[in-house]
Amino acid sequence: MRGELASAPSVAPLRSPAAAIPEHGPVRDGKFAMAVIFLPPALLLFTLFVVLPIGEAAWYSGFNWNGFGRPTNWVGLDNYRFVLETRAFWLALRNNGLIILVSLSIQLPLALALALMLADRFRGAVALRMLFFLPYVLAEIATGLIFSFVYDGDYGLVASIWRFFGAEAPHLLASTQTAMLAVLIVVVWKYFGFHMMLFIAALQGMDRNLVEAARIDGASRPQVLRYVVIPLLYPTIRLSVFFAIVGSLQLFDLVMPLTRGGPADSSNTMVSFLYNNGISRMRVGYGSAIGVILFMICVTFAVTYKRWFMRDE
Amino acid sequence: MSEVETVARPIDLTRLYKALFLAVIATFVVVPLLATVLGGFKSLGELRVNPFGLPQQWEWANYADILLSKRYWELLRNSMIISTLTVTLTLIVASMAAFAFAHVKFFGSSMLLGYLTLGLLFPAATAVLPLFIKVRDLGLLDTYFGVALPQVAFALAMSILLLRRFFKDLPHELLEAALIDGCSYFNFFRYVTLPLSRPILATVGTIAFVNSWNAYLLPLVMLNSDSLYPWPLGIMVYQGEYSSEWHLILAFITLTILPTIVVFIIAQKHIIAGLTAGAVKG
Repeated sequence: MRGELASAPSVAPLRSPAAAIPEHGPVRDGKFAMAVIFLPPALLLFTLFVVLPIGEAAWYSGFNWNGFGRPTNWVGLDNYRFVLETRAFWLALRNNGLIILVSLSIQLPLALALALMLADRFRGAVALRMLFFLPYVLAEIATGLIFSFVYDGDYGLVASIWRFFGAEAPHLLASTQTAMLAVLIVVVWKYFGFHMMLFIAALQGMDRNLVEAARIDGASRPQVLRYVVIPLLYPTIRLSVFFAIVGSLQLFDLVMPLTRGGPADSSNTMVSFLYNNGISRMRVGYGSAIGVILFMICVTFAVTYKRWFMRDE
Repeated sequence: MSEVETVARPIDLTRLYKALFLAVIATFVVVPLLATVLGGFKSLGELRVNPFGLPQQWEWANYADILLSKRYWELLRNSMIISTLTVTLTLIVASMAAFAFAHVKFFGSSMLLGYLTLGLLFPAATAVLPLFIKVRDLGLLDTYFGVALPQVAFALAMSILLLRRFFKDLPHELLEAALIDGCSYFNFFRYVTLPLSRPILATVGTIAFVNSWNAYLLPLVMLNSDSLYPWPLGIMVYQGEYSSEWHLILAFITLTILPTIVVFIIAQKHIIAGLTAGAVKG
C-alpha cells in the first residue's frame, strides 16, 4: 500500500502504450508457467512468517498458555482485560504518544529547517548532510549504548558537565522523572537526519521556476518560504509525519540498552512493554493480546491516515 | 558606501546565525560519537575525570585486545552470515514475485499484491510470540535461518513494490522482441530484466542489509547460543559482563559500528538514496 503513496520521479518511463503480446499459444503458456513458479516462494514465506503469526496471535490471546504443548486453558477476553488493567500498559501508550509529540513538534521542524539550509550547494553542505544522516544508519543498539554512556552518572558526559558547574551529577536514566526525557533526546538525535534527507530530496526535486517567479513578483524570502516552498512540501511533510508515527509505534531497540523500559516502567514503549511482560516470561496469551492491541493501533492508524491525509498520492 | 553596508549587514547576520545553528547541531551529533571513539583509548580512571578531551595516555591495548579476541570476529561473522542470507533470499524471492506481478495479469493478481502489501501495515514485533512458536515448531530455533527467513518475509512487501514498479517501467518493446525471438520468460528475467535492474536491486539490497545488520529483536527471540549471536546481541552481552568498565565497552562499541561507518562513507550516495527512496517510493 505504501507503494502507491508517492510517485517515483527518478525513473523515466519508456513503456509503450499497449503491449502486443499474443493472448494464447506457447508464449501465454510460458507466461502462466512462469507465474506459477515465480510467485509461490514469496507467498509462502509471507503467509508463513507474517500473516499466520498475526492470525495466531489473535487465537493465542484467548488462552492462558506458556507456549509448551497445546493451548487448552481458554480464558476468553481475560488477557485483554489484564492488559488494559495494567498501569504499565497505559504508561507505555503515553510514552509512545510523547515520542510522537516530540517527533512532530521538535524533530520535524528541526529537520525542515536544516533541509532548507542544506538543500543549496555550498562548501560543506554535502559533508553536513552526511554527518546528520549518520545517526540514522547506526544501529539502535549501538546508539542506545553510546547514550547510556553519555548519561552515565559516574563516567558520562552529562555528569562531567554537571560536575564542572559544581553540582551533584544526576543519574538521568535511573530516575522515573528523567528517564523518558533522556530517551526522547536520543530519539531526536537518531532520526532527525532521516527526515531531513526526505525534505532535501523533495526540495531538490522542486521546480525552481516557481520560486524564481515568486521572487520576481516581489515576494520576500520569508513569503516565498511560507506561500510557495512549504505548500509544495506538504506531501513530504505528510509522509514524514507518517514515518514518525509508525516509527514511534515500533520503537524498541533504542530503549533496551538505555533503560529496558524502566525504572518502574516509566520509559516503556508498547513494544518494550510487550517484550518485558510477554516474551521474556513466555506468557504467550498475555503477550499475544498486547501484540493484537498494537496491531490494531498500527492498522487503524495507517488506514485512517492514508484515507484522510494521503488520498491524492 | 553606507547603502552597501546596510544591505550587506543583515545578510551577513543571517549567514552568521545559520552557521551558528549548523555548528550547534553538528556538535550535538558529533560529540557523543567522538567521545565514544576517544573514550575507548582512555583508562577507566581517566575517563572519569576527562570524558571529553583527548586521552593523556593512549591506551591502545583496549582496542587491540578486542581486535585480537575471537569473540569480536565471531560476532561480525554471524552478522555477516545472517545479513547475507537475508539479502540474497530477499533479492531472489522478491524479484521473482515482482517480475510475475509486473508481467502477468490474471484473476486475483492485484488482490495477491494487495495481500503482500499488508506486511507494510504492522511491525514484526506485534506477532513475535507466535512467530517464535512457529520457528520453534519448524525446528529452526537457534539457527541462522530462523532469523533470516522471518526477516526476508517482513522485507518482502516493500521490496516487491519497489522492484515491480521498476520492472514495469522498463521498455516493454524489449520483452516483445525477446518473446518473438523465442526467448522464454525465465531467460528474459535472468538475462535482460535483472542486469537492467541493478540500481533498484542495489536499493532493495541496501535496505534489507542495513535492517538485518542492525536488527535486535528477532535474533534476540530466535537465538539461544552465544556462538550464533550477531553483533547487536553480542554487544549487549558484553556490556552486561563489563557493566561499568566503560572504557572497554566504548572501545567495543567503536569497533562494532566501525564497519557501518566505513561502508557508509564509501557508499554514502547509494545508501542515502536507497534508504530515502525506499521510504518515499515504497
